[in-house]
Amino acid sequence: MEKQLYTISVYTENNLGLLNRIATIFLKRHVNIESLTVSSTEIEHVSRFIIVAYITEDEVKKIIKQIEKQIEVIKAFYHTNDEAIYLQSALFKVKSELLFEKRQIQNIIKKSNARIVTVNPEFFVLEKSGRKEEIEELYDGLAEYGIMQFVRSGRISVTKEEMKITELLEKELV
Amino acid sequence: METITKTKLPEKEVKQEFKKETTVKIQGSEAVVRSLIEEGADLIFGYPGGAIMPVYDEFYKVQDKIHHVLTRHEQGAIHAAQGFARSSGKVGVVIATSGPGATNLITGIADAQIDSTPLVCITGQVGSNLLGSDAFQETDVVSISTPVTKWNYQVTKASEIPAVIAKAFYIAKSGRPGPVLIDITKDAQFEEFDFSYKKCEKIRSYHPVPKMDPEKVKEAADMINKAKKPFVVFGQGVVLAQAEKEFKDFIEKADIPAASTLLGLSALPTDHNLNMGMVGMHGHYAPNVLTNECDVLIAIGMRFDDRVTGSLDTYAKQAKIIHFDIDPAEIDKNVKTDIAVLGTVKETLAELIPMIDKNKNQKWHQEFHDLRKIEYDRIIHPQTKPTQEKLTMGEVIAAVNEQTNGDAILVSDVGQNQMMTSRYGKFNTTKSKITSGGLGTMGFGLPAAMGAKLGRPDREVVAFIGDGGFQMTIQELGTIMQTKIPVKIVVLNNEFLGMVRQWQELFFDRRYASTVMTNPDFVKIVEGYGIKAQRVSKRENLKDAIADMIASEDAYFVEVIVEKEENVFPMIPSGASVSDVRLK
Ligand SMILES: Cc1ncc(C[n+]2csc(CCOP(=O)(O)OP(=O)(O)O)c2C)c(N)n1
Repeated sequence: MEKQLYTISVYTENNLGLLNRIATIFLKRHVNIESLTVSSTEIEHVSRFIIVAYITEDEVKKIIKQIEKQIEVIKAFYHTNDEAIYLQSALFKVKSELLFEKRQIQNIIKKSNARIVTVNPEFFVLEKSGRKEEIEELYDGLAEYGIMQFVRSGRISVTKEEMKITELLEKELV
Repeated sequence: METITKTKLPEKEVKQEFKKETTVKIQGSEAVVRSLIEEGADLIFGYPGGAIMPVYDEFYKVQDKIHHVLTRHEQGAIHAAQGFARSSGKVGVVIATSGPGATNLITGIADAQIDSTPLVCITGQVGSNLLGSDAFQETDVVSISTPVTKWNYQVTKASEIPAVIAKAFYIAKSGRPGPVLIDITKDAQFEEFDFSYKKCEKIRSYHPVPKMDPEKVKEAADMINKAKKPFVVFGQGVVLAQAEKEFKDFIEKADIPAASTLLGLSALPTDHNLNMGMVGMHGHYAPNVLTNECDVLIAIGMRFDDRVTGSLDTYAKQAKIIHFDIDPAEIDKNVKTDIAVLGTVKETLAELIPMIDKNKNQKWHQEFHDLRKIEYDRIIHPQTKPTQEKLTMGEVIAAVNEQTNGDAILVSDVGQNQMMTSRYGKFNTTKSKITSGGLGTMGFGLPAAMGAKLGRPDREVVAFIGDGGFQMTIQELGTIMQTKIPVKIVVLNNEFLGMVRQWQELFFDRRYASTVMTNPDFVKIVEGYGIKAQRVSKRENLKDAIADMIASEDAYFVEVIVEKEENVFPMIPSGASVSDVRLK
């Protein structure tokens, strides 16, 4: 079976220790987590984990079952890249002098649809949200001139298909 | 030296006054004890220490309600609780202090997790103001135990105690059972709060029993009815669901040969005409070989462990697979199923039985009996009625069967003694075979036997242990002495770490690296603990020694000097196919 990137979304009770429990399930199978984001959801006291891993469908199914087995997990889903709308955010810190000295930089910024978050005499900060490839493209463009700092967030995603998650959770939570 | 944090205790009088009121203000430590009483935990196992002393102080006051068994090591406490849970069907309760007390529980927790044994473990923890400071006897037991618990939780406020304990018992015993751990900081044990108790019946994110799908049961029935060579493999799920009767009714109505996993043993009487023995690495010849001949394999409450399946690439590839289980995560985990029937096997089998027709293929039954005969002639007969000079493990177990008529609970440790007990032990009733299955924990046997006896004082409990495993938890002889637990112990002494030696003989050219044991005088040691003991090295003395042991009202120890280099056969070498099971 072929490996691909899967986005795993997990709805859980907002409890200390669950991060550890969920991470262990990946660790135990020697599966590397490409990115992980934990956030609150539209429902009170419910957290959402978004985990990206490069695995086979067989593996992702088994992992989902192990995650759902945890007492405080409400529901877990997996999606392929085609089935989800997803993006990551990145911040780039670049020397301010470059912005004025190198015309190309301005073109790169314009072309990439990146947003300037702040500018001061020493440096400026760019924010770019999008797919990993778009962020990488911007990175490659800027790298030539020197990047002072770079950080990229984990993936966040919503599904294309209507998941009726709120209804489902309401049913689960009665 | 242990330093005990001094916390100001309220005056006695003040406490009494509070008790008169309707809402009772009590300390967290008392709440722990009251919660245990509410859950019906009247027998618990443990070992005290600084961070759990307030709770022990409360045990002191309720000795009429809770019997606390002081073991000699926390590992002994948890294995005893496992034995208790497995013989009685109740939740085992263990209590220990922080740091080393808590880490000494980990082996048993892992064992209970993999063997689905319901346990509630309570550990003391340093005060919450010290958490994360590397305080004396601080270990992050919640993190350490996360991968091996069904659930765990750290309590830092006394007011959480009743609800957390209620939740712990509910989680431990519901659905697929397992161990839970509650870590309670010392300040939470001293803190006062208004106590009231309510049992937990529901957790909104937790669905212990998946809903049965009657359609799936019907599909399964159709497939079973159409099968020419159906074969049942059953596991501990039958015992945990208390579905022994439904299971027997099912196989009898369908007339299907059945074989057990290691932990399924005794769910069906050994002598039942459809019981074909045990599957797996050292299981019986017929069920292993015919796993790869059947056309429908019906797995009931089992998890296709690698010790059962051997190589998955060649496991029952010709067969359709039907899997009855309570745990959705077990479906397709190791073996792809054609039909999965979720739910407790008690419920799903009850639904299945009315739809089942009798299988009429007597030739299929004959295939089992033919292979059985081969195994009997080549292995079972020579091992249980030997003519060689030295005693064999098989004949010792046979001698115990004879004295107990198969009514005893047989506990085994791990290794050759375990496999021989599983192969030759006779079981008439359920919950009669207690052993460490999934983890294979040496040292399990002696403490588990104590717990099993305390869980079922009405039953005879006999432990079979190797000379290696006996020395892993030998200190529990002290518990047997102090608590006067009339458990019967048979050490099968081959002066080797026998099972490892067997592998060295078969796969490492007899290079016996670190498996030779120079042993002490076990009889003297046991007698030192005030327990009656004798040693047997000659066949003519075996029967009487076993008879003395069974007749004894008190604990009794028999050491049997057995053949040093006996092997357990049949054997499926690891990674081989079940049908490549070796007879020698
Ligand atoms: C705690 C632990 N350590 C190591 C092992 C590996 N092991 C499995 S069987 C065995 C030998 C057991 O020897 P003994 O207790 O004398 O029993 P015998 O096999 O001779 O019956 C060993 C070392 C184990 N199962 N558990």
